[in-house]
Amino acid sequence: MIIHHPLLGPRDAQEFTYLGDATLIDRPDAMAEGALEAFDAYLHLRDNPAGTHRELWYHEVGDRSWLVVTRDTRTHEITQVELARDVALSKGRGR
Amino acid sequence: MADLTPITPLGGTTLRSETIGALRIAEGDDWALASVAARAGQAQAVGAGLRELTGLDLPGPGGMASAGDWRALWLSPESWLLAAPLAQEPDIADTVKRPVGDGASVTEQTDAWVRFDITAPDDDRLWPLLERLCNIDPACAGPGTATRTVMEHLAAILLREGAGRAAVLGARSSAASLHHALVAAARSVA
Repeated sequence: MIIHHPLLGPRDAQEFTYLGDATLIDRPDAMAEGALEAFDAYLHLRDNPAGTHRELWYHEVGDRSWLVVTRDTRTHEITQVELARDVALSKGRGR
Repeated sequence: MADLTPITPLGGTTLRSETIGALRIAEGDDWALASVAARAGQAQAVGAGLRELTGLDLPGPGGMASAGDWRALWLSPESWLLAAPLAQEPDIADTVKRPVGDGASVTEQTDAWVRFDITAPDDDRLWPLLERLCNIDPACAGPGTATRTVMEHLAAILLREGAGRAAVLGARSSAASLHHALVAAARSVA
């Protein structure tokens, strides 16, 4: 599998490690009302789609950046690769 | 004072060098290394400070730049590895920290790495060796690039110094394994 790194171009999947669902970026606020339920869902509940899936990959033996990869779980076709940093910043994180 | 005997990255008293067919693989220990990671929002100021020190512009993704005795290679977004001759910069982290101050985190890296210089008559005789070691596309790794990748399960940085010339930076703790991989691959293409 080839992952088209946004900065470094096409790189072999053996340079990466896989973390899982990209919703891990949306860590709940521990101080908010209902934080216990929110963290239970954050930790344990995952969709398991047969189709398009957004997931986190780490370029471990590369530039060590985290990527959000959009992959079809049936075909392994990758349709989009973004820097996780950009995704998190676009959601107003990092402040 | 203790009477210490310096050893090379491969553990010997002299640097190893082998010629295998048209390829030469030589252990090198004459670079001082320091990593520089710009702190949030400081990348431009760090670039300006280091330009004054080294005379070079910090390279972008996958790039390597050199000016005079200094060279810089891109490691990750807003972080670089700087190299200078060890004899001239025995305390490179201090030299690099001075112009960047609190704008960047600087870490001494000299003894963390081993360098192997690979010389071939031209790229056509260099790439058969590199192709057996890593899965980097030759079209993306011409002279002036620095690419971190896997060689024989070890993380390594491939530096393209020029036509037919490359250097491989690997962890010094596994220098002998990396050396074995390079020599075995060279024998298989010689």
